[in-house]
Amino acid sequence: MDILVCVKQVPDTTEVKIDPQTNTLIRQGVPSIVNPFDKNAVEAALQLKEKQGGKVVVISMGPPQAKDALKECLAMGADEAYLISDRAFGGADTLATSYTLAAGIRKLGKFDMILCGKQAIDGDTAQVGPEIAEYLDIPQVTYVAKVEINEGVVRVEREHEEGYEIIETTLPVLLTVVKSINEPRFPTVKGTMKANRKEIPVITVTDVEVDPERLGLKGSPTQVRRIFTPPQRTQGEIIQADSARESVAILIQKLSEAKII
Amino acid sequence: MKIKGGVSMFFQLTEEQKMMQKMVREFAEKEVAPGVAERDEQSLFDRSLADAMGEMGLNGICFPEKYGGADSDYLSYILAIEELSKVDDGVGITLSATVSLCAGPIYAYGTEEQKEKYLRPILEGTHMGAFGLTEANAGTDAASQQTVAVADGDHYIINGSKIFITNAGEAETYIVFAMTDKSKGVKGISAFILEKGMPGFTFGKKEHKLGIHSSITMELVFQDVKVPKANLLGKEGEGFKIAMNTLDGGRIGVAAQALGIAQAALDHAVKYSKERVQFGKPIANNQAIAFMLADMGTKVEAARLLVYKAAWNKDQGLSYSKEAAMAKLYASDIAMEVTTDAVQIFGGYGYTCEYPVERLMRNAKITQIYEGTNQVQRMVISGALLR
Repeated sequence: MDILVCVKQVPDTTEVKIDPQTNTLIRQGVPSIVNPFDKNAVEAALQLKEKQGGKVVVISMGPPQAKDALKECLAMGADEAYLISDRAFGGADTLATSYTLAAGIRKLGKFDMILCGKQAIDGDTAQVGPEIAEYLDIPQVTYVAKVEINEGVVRVEREHEEGYEIIETTLPVLLTVVKSINEPRFPTVKGTMKANRKEIPVITVTDVEVDPERLGLKGSPTQVRRIFTPPQRTQGEIIQADSARESVAILIQKLSEAKII
Repeated sequence: MKIKGGVSMFFQLTEEQKMMQKMVREFAEKEVAPGVAERDEQSLFDRSLADAMGEMGLNGICFPEKYGGADSDYLSYILAIEELSKVDDGVGITLSATVSLCAGPIYAYGTEEQKEKYLRPILEGTHMGAFGLTEANAGTDAASQQTVAVADGDHYIINGSKIFITNAGEAETYIVFAMTDKSKGVKGISAFILEKGMPGFTFGKKEHKLGIHSSITMELVFQDVKVPKANLLGKEGEGFKIAMNTLDGGRIGVAAQALGIAQAALDHAVKYSKERVQFGKPIANNQAIAFMLADMGTKVEAARLLVYKAAWNKDQGLSYSKEAAMAKLYASDIAMEVTTDAVQIFGGYGYTCEYPVERLMRNAKITQIYEGTNQVQRMVISGALLR
């Protein structure tokens, strides 16, 4: 069983500070990490491989330094890693990103399963995984907390706030996984050394069949107008007079004073 | 000169060393950090941490693949000790005792059979190791060994005891020194490999210590322990040489422990002094505090250069006895100073167990004492200078 995992290199948000003047993230000096949910996806892939055989391939789209994130996945035990990187892909929103990733995946061949983290901790959109499934025209299940495969039937538990939905599907399939699915393993010393020596091929715009209009900033309908910290919501006031009639009277008075009514 | 692990005077870690450092840092922050206060308060040795380190391959970083190691360099191993010690140096010394003091001499002096039987399980992470040299009346004067080994057919019969042994009771494998010929003085000491569970080999009292509570320290007791001749390490009479050469390497490990402690104290002090407000401003805005931090940071950086340089010398096959002694001496002395200053910066809070700096200060003290007191380091250094 061949599994492909999509990972993203993100800033370690526990160390991110906000510039009080511009209200933007200070990225300088902030360490980069593998998006934590993507590590869960890598772990899930490795566990499936241990049971079913096959290989685990990891891809990432990003600048050259995203290779560090891929190396970490190789150190955990992934078999191959590819970086999708080109200036033409820069500035992509989720739509252009998933379009490019899908093209990269097609180029790498056929996979029985594609795993993604439920969302990246920087953008928090949770859109790229599902969009890749749409581009590749394969089924998808999001927020997966458990996965089992029996004779080609995939049985997953999809996490909800109040329980689990049990879904069966066939391969190939794309799953996005949540934190509770597993505890990602630590790389070993030998795995780390092997990962460091492994070559990570770079897939550029000339390697994939794509419509240039749909790439990067040009192919991104989402435009960020402004980034700001939302004002803190202050606690509301509870009006509790002796009777409902009196409470309503006080409320109306307050609302008219505030010129709301 | 063959350069392994870097380019001359290029003060950067290799990609591999950086990855190793990051890997151990993450392990330390995620797995070691959560129980650090509890282990300190209750003097708990956590075997599961030693096993987890073994599983990751930390025991085998700097040994050949042939015996189950990873064939990386000594500096990578030193980085691992430093990272662990930043979080819990008791866990750092647990690894250091297994690797430097037990796996080290078996690798350097053992026969192929001994390496297969005793080195491999350590490097593969299933066994821990320990080193028994110190006795009640043979500390710095290691030559005054009272423990004796008497040849008896295919065996030696060992009688005596060892004190202050790190990893005692937990380790599966022990390097034990004993007199095989008292008339020859230091040349009459031999080294043996003992297994936990050998009849007559037991453990005495568990020490209650000032610090490093997460590291276990006990007495080794030998009553007519029958050790096969195949377990003699090196030749008869080579024990003292084996012990001294082993401690040369071990010292870099202790130096890395001290470095980790000092770095942690500095990090805590920097953070606290920016957060603690007195007279309406963070105390870091007072030059009295800022200059203390400047001195602490400079000492830590100087110690780091000495420690890495000693490890680098070992990697290149250059002599490192003097360098290791300098690194151990300086790093442990500044660890004591920097942790004491960190407590001072924290003020009354620093003296309580609510904050980690008092633990760092208690733990720093041992690095000036074990694997050769700092007075012994000065003997080694001056001996090399005056040769």
